[in-house]
Amino acid sequence: MGDRMTLTDHNALIGAYPFRRLPEPTPERLLAEMGRLGITSAWVGHLPSAFYRDAASGNDELLAALEPHRGRLLPVPAVHPAFPGWQREVARAVEASAPAVRTYPSHYGFDPAGRAMAALCAACAEAGLEVVLTVRFEDARQRHALDAAPDLIGAAVRAAVRSDPRVRLLVTAADRAFVEEVHFGSTPEEAARIRWDISWIWGPPEDHLAQLFRTVGRERFVLGTHFPLRLPEAALTKLELAQ
Amino acid sequence: MTSPLIDVHAHFDHDRCGRSGWAEANARRLAVGERIGITMHIASILGSWGHTSPTYFPSPDDVTYGNAAMRALQREHPGRIRGYVAVNPNFTRHAVAEIERGLAEGMVGIKLGASRRATDPLLDPIAQLAAERGAPILQHAWQHRRREVPGQEISDALDLAALAARHPGAKFILAHIGGGGDWAHSLRALVGVPNIWVDLSGSGVDRGMLGLCVECVGVRRLVWGTDLTMDTGLAKLRHLSAMGCSEEDIEQVRWKNAVEVFGRGVVGDES
Repeated sequence: MGDRMTLTDHNALIGAYPFRRLPEPTPERLLAEMGRLGITSAWVGHLPSAFYRDAASGNDELLAALEPHRGRLLPVPAVHPAFPGWQREVARAVEASAPAVRTYPSHYGFDPAGRAMAALCAACAEAGLEVVLTVRFEDARQRHALDAAPDLIGAAVRAAVRSDPRVRLLVTAADRAFVEEVHFGSTPEEAARIRWDISWIWGPPEDHLAQLFRTVGRERFVLGTHFPLRLPEAALTKLELAQ
Repeated sequence: MTSPLIDVHAHFDHDRCGRSGWAEANARRLAVGERIGITMHIASILGSWGHTSPTYFPSPDDVTYGNAAMRALQREHPGRIRGYVAVNPNFTRHAVAEIERGLAEGMVGIKLGASRRATDPLLDPIAQLAAERGAPILQHAWQHRRREVPGQEISDALDLAALAARHPGAKFILAHIGGGGDWAHSLRALVGVPNIWVDLSGSGVDRGMLGLCVECVGVRRLVWGTDLTMDTGLAKLRHLSAMGCSEEDIEQVRWKNAVEVFGRGVVGDES
């Protein structure tokens, strides 16, 4: 997970959310929270891009917003692989030195086990980009009536990791059952290409995170806060209390 | 010395829960509580936790056994654990008898799960007894009940507010504002409802939730708790400071509001 001197938040976002007000979802506030909590750098996506039909325009906003902060905030652009010109967004990500791209099958409405997803995985593997998948933004029990995008299911991740032998995935906001289903539903070689953020995994006394460290392996997990949707200190407290 | 920290929403297991590691789970809660600085766990056991009857529709026998196990934990850790009497209001005479027995043996509150909606008149004798005995009621809730759900006859803040209005002399706690559902709906519903406190427990750590708690309910009606995830409880407690709450406000949430609800007996060993 790294020590506190080199902590990287692998699951941060900026921008507004359509279904509830988020206090200051800005790069400046993210940096302030990182400073308060000792987080060195962050992989930053653009929350509105999950809801735009044309993700490219969201990437324009993301790259512009992060430009003054590129020393600590690394852009993670969004790619809609069933929309014209998506290959250009992969190329822009490379050009911007992004470590990864995000995609949202449930929100964009493409089959996570289909050809578009496989094409994106292949392109990212070729470009050396990790693919970030998001299981959920919010608890299903509090969704807005118009928020109809279903949570990602484990089958989507299994299909993605099998689609290209070189693709690397980072799955955010998965809970223990999801992680276990995918990890033990994959070959060791496939599982070694999947990383998980800890933002949605329970700490003590149920100790799901500690259990997963033992069974799946500590090296498969990364810090993720799910800012600006969740309190960033929550990821750190569960790490602090993991047995 | 750090100030007391009272967890108003804790749970423990017992030997008939069908969980082989029940004793270890209980010990783990106490050990993590030590690390966090919890001075008092106010806790309940909901029957057999589904092992021999449903968690939210427990049989009278399971209710009795769970409450007895809760009292045993209380006796074992007198300065660290206090119990809620869990009841199923559908068995009204049994529920009243359990409450009488539990309070007589040092339990400090009543836990209502989801056996009967909070608006139902069957809850009136329980709320009346709670008011007479000064025992607060912790009501399990979904934040914004929009439909019926399997396994629970669930209540939300509007349902609890209706019960609280019928029993202005009773004190109620809306369970786990972070426990799932639309917390904004609950908080807007509780503006100006003086006899309902809000517990901060639950795995939910949404940004904006604590700010709306303060705005709608005020720090004087917020009580701290954990429920099934102690890490999120700690995160929310720490975030109160980051929000700019004063030391005095944080003391209210840590323990002083709980003392107002339960009385001095819940301050614990560190007092």
